Amino acid sequence: MGRSLKIVGGDVYDPANGISGAVKEICIQDGKIVESCKGPAEVIDATNLVVMPGGVDIHTHIASPAVNAARAFRPEDHRHEPVPKKPGMRSGVGGTVPSTFATGYLYTKMGYTTVMDAANAPIGVRHTHEELIDIPIVDKGLYILMGNNELILKYLKAGEMEKIKRYVAWLLKSLKGYGIKLVNPGGVEQWKYGKDVEGLDDRIYYWDVTARQILKALSWVNESLGLPHPIHLHANRLGIPNNYLTTLDTMRTLEGSRLHMAHIQFHSYGGENWGGFCSKAAEVAEYINAHPNITTDIGQVVFGDATTITADGPWQYRLYKLSKNKWYNLDVEVETGCGIVPYTYREKNYVNAIQWAIGLELFLLIRDPWRVFLSTDHPNGGPFIFYPWVIKLLMDKAFRAEMLKRVHKRVLSDTTLPNLDREYTLSEIAIITRAGPARALGLTHKGHLGVGADADITIYPKDSDREQMFEHPIYVLKDGEIVLREGELVGSRDGKLLFVVPPDVGEMDPEFKTEFENFYTIEYENFPIDAEDIPNREAIPAGASR
Amino acid sequence: MAEAAAVKGVKDAKDVTVVEGVTCPFCGVCCDDLEVHVVDGKIKDVKNACVLGKDTFMHHLEGWAKPTIKGKPATIDECIDAAAEILAKAKYPLIYGLDSTELNAQRKAIELADLIGANIDHTSSVCHAPSLQAVQTVGISSCTVGEVKNRADLVIFWGCNPAEAHPRHASRYSVTAKGLFTTKGKKDRMVINVDVRPTPTTRMADAFIQIKPNSDYEVFSALRAMLRGHELDCVEVGGVAIDEWKTLLEKMKSSKFGILYWGMGLTMSRGKYLNVVALLTLIQELNRCTKFLSAPMRGHGNVVGMAQVLSWQTGYPFAVNMSRGYPRFNPGEYSVADLLANKEVDAALIVAGDAIGNFPAKTAEHLQSIPMIAIDPKESETTKVATVVIPTAQAGIAAGGMLYRMDHIPLVMKKVVDSPYPSDREVLDRIIAKVSAMKNGGKGAPKPAVKGGG
Repeated sequence: MGRSLKIVGGDVYDPANGISGAVKEICIQDGKIVESCKGPAEVIDATNLVVMPGGVDIHTHIASPAVNAARAFRPEDHRHEPVPKKPGMRSGVGGTVPSTFATGYLYTKMGYTTVMDAANAPIGVRHTHEELIDIPIVDKGLYILMGNNELILKYLKAGEMEKIKRYVAWLLKSLKGYGIKLVNPGGVEQWKYGKDVEGLDDRIYYWDVTARQILKALSWVNESLGLPHPIHLHANRLGIPNNYLTTLDTMRTLEGSRLHMAHIQFHSYGGENWGGFCSKAAEVAEYINAHPNITTDIGQVVFGDATTITADGPWQYRLYKLSKNKWYNLDVEVETGCGIVPYTYREKNYVNAIQWAIGLELFLLIRDPWRVFLSTDHPNGGPFIFYPWVIKLLMDKAFRAEMLKRVHKRVLSDTTLPNLDREYTLSEIAIITRAGPARALGLTHKGHLGVGADADITIYPKDSDREQMFEHPIYVLKDGEIVLREGELVGSRDGKLLFVVPPDVGEMDPEFKTEFENFYTIEYENFPIDAEDIPNREAIPAGASR
Repeated sequence: MAEAAAVKGVKDAKDVTVVEGVTCPFCGVCCDDLEVHVVDGKIKDVKNACVLGKDTFMHHLEGWAKPTIKGKPATIDECIDAAAEILAKAKYPLIYGLDSTELNAQRKAIELADLIGANIDHTSSVCHAPSLQAVQTVGISSCTVGEVKNRADLVIFWGCNPAEAHPRHASRYSVTAKGLFTTKGKKDRMVINVDVRPTPTTRMADAFIQIKPNSDYEVFSALRAMLRGHELDCVEVGGVAIDEWKTLLEKMKSSKFGILYWGMGLTMSRGKYLNVVALLTLIQELNRCTKFLSAPMRGHGNVVGMAQVLSWQTGYPFAVNMSRGYPRFNPGEYSVADLLANKEVDAALIVAGDAIGNFPAKTAEHLQSIPMIAIDPKESETTKVATVVIPTAQAGIAAGGMLYRMDHIPLVMKKVVDSPYPSDREVLDRIIAKVSAMKNGGKGAPKPAVKGGG
């Protein structure tokens, strides 16, 4: 018989089950939440503490060939942040791109227990799994980049939708991925000859299809495969003034279909040029409020050092020219691109300050917390360790007012932030950091404390300084084991890989092997990843097609 | 991992097992289309491989190392005990080599370094480390080899000799390869070779530019100045007429998709990483005119994989020191040549690499004066003088695992035959267990820290 645990006396915030601060006993048996424990149980006294499900990060970059390239090319980022080894725990480094072991420890210390890596080129996924194996404690999943895949573009050009569906299912199955990611659909393919797309109807070189067609096709595939998460979209024109028009056009294109808009802060900009740079958060939030098919994470900007890592090659080239910082570019055959540029967000830089304000405006203007999630697009808008700081900004209007005095004064004239009085409640924070992302991911056993859920639980102190509160949990439980006690990590353990099992939609055609080998430089048989190579894993079945 | 998957070969009537889709462990091209014929547990033939790859498989039974302690025959168990004792006692040990093995063994070596507070470095340190430093300085505009196969219409080989070092690079990726927009292969590409002397690579090039040794930095700087529209008031740079450089620059600017591959001609000549910085900056700036990329011709064995796993576990790609209980990076201090030249390390573990055979005599001298453990399938100059020699199953032939291509693409290596010896990974795992037990006051090994680490 396994381990029994009881958490008693705590104020429980479990929004998925309608519980908002009630004192409630939580029983744990064999890593799951149960009605009552079978035998004598260890008791955690949570009196005067706040109990929430473990945090769920729907969009972060913690492991991939791109993330590792960023680590290797930024020694200056790590040298001031050593993470010493401890009994049972490995050493590493922090900074904006922490080493793998440190990543697992840092997320756990913040009370997060499930994280999703947001961008993976298929041919590099074998590498990502190896990194994820070395990220301890938290459960992990990965999205697979498909928005510029030349095989998909080829089938799309030929109008072979069923073939795209079979190919997507084959990719997810072969690579043990969790969902479909699109980054600047069509634009990254254009970047392979040094160009980008200006809008959704630009025709892509040679393939002669448009971003709009790619969006519609992959959205249709996602829904007809019944995948638990909607398509996860990094829209076209990220970071560019006046991109909110493209953002609205994109959302309208997929009206009525489930859609996750990633790091929407980076897509809510107005102004004809950098000089006129301004917020269009209100317009974007208004559209989202009126369209329940959309979920989004913010990609909040945090002042200080960041490392921008994205498959959006053309954007990274622009950022390299704008910032004059070092620039890493790696175009990946058949699939996508990758760019890395270090970047520092400054309070007194008007663009950075407005970016910061836009993120907060979106958080405060999007009314339904179940559809807006906390992210910094780590490490693009800043490192994930600043989530508690963002939470304080959302919960504490006085703190926002203090920050408004420090940042560039154009925030006062060019955004609505100074006029927003909303303060998030603890329940709402529990929604945007765990219950909401878990629901949007279709992870029915995460993000809540009902019977049958994974016993991934965080217990916070009650502290009116919300940054302190969320930065220093007292306990963290992962699968019913205490991994953090009195604020200290007490032991490491393996986390699981969460991967989706797509429905059987038929095999690829016999000629696919030849087609694959013509496009790629590796053998078709050497592409799929054996599940046995991933020691700890959990299959999540796809639902019925929608 | 791949041990379990092992060989899913096809047996025919003569009891010949043909293993298809085998990845070659020899160089960074990582051809994964080899066909290995195994008869009675012995490799009888290898199809599709180049001469270097074929030799690696065909001669894998020759020149095996034998388990010894201080030159005397011993069992593997005794060797592992002796190795653990040396490492547990050492105050400032070095772990080095690690290019010719698979990812999980490399991972174990880092875990061991973390445990004993060692310096850990690998053969990059003496080949492409300056390339890594240059990328840390300015970044890089690069791509995977498939992009070159599918798109490149201009390929420049600078200070490298793939015809001899990476034999199938040309046919699989860069010269005769036929791809999506290069359907005619060689006819769709212009190939230019720049070097200090003609090499066999020169023969596959459409043009050859012979420059003076140690003039690369100057040449790249001149090209960059001209790219920015400056007229240079000199007749030659690097021993080559300025007009010839102008022609080259025009070819680069007018290509649709150009790539420059560089080799140790840049990293190990005067200027070292600064040569590569000059090159990378030129290539980045060419992107104002056209699509231009660059990549180092990397890879003896899995040296790229070692840089990968070291980066994700410690944040740094080579020359890592763990003596304070956390990783520090300082090439010139924690790099192997300096640690040995300064006579700082007091014990060494050399895994799957021949340190003594490749280092200058003075550097090798210190290595021979301290307790040294060699883990290697083959006899080498290193195993000849090591205090403890532990033979292992050769990665990619008698042990499975993962390796990385020169462009960071991961591939699986298959185990095609058995070996009487354990794998590198298993040996390192057993050393870790022994050392942990000793460090734990003889109370037995503590529970492994992070199971995922292994």
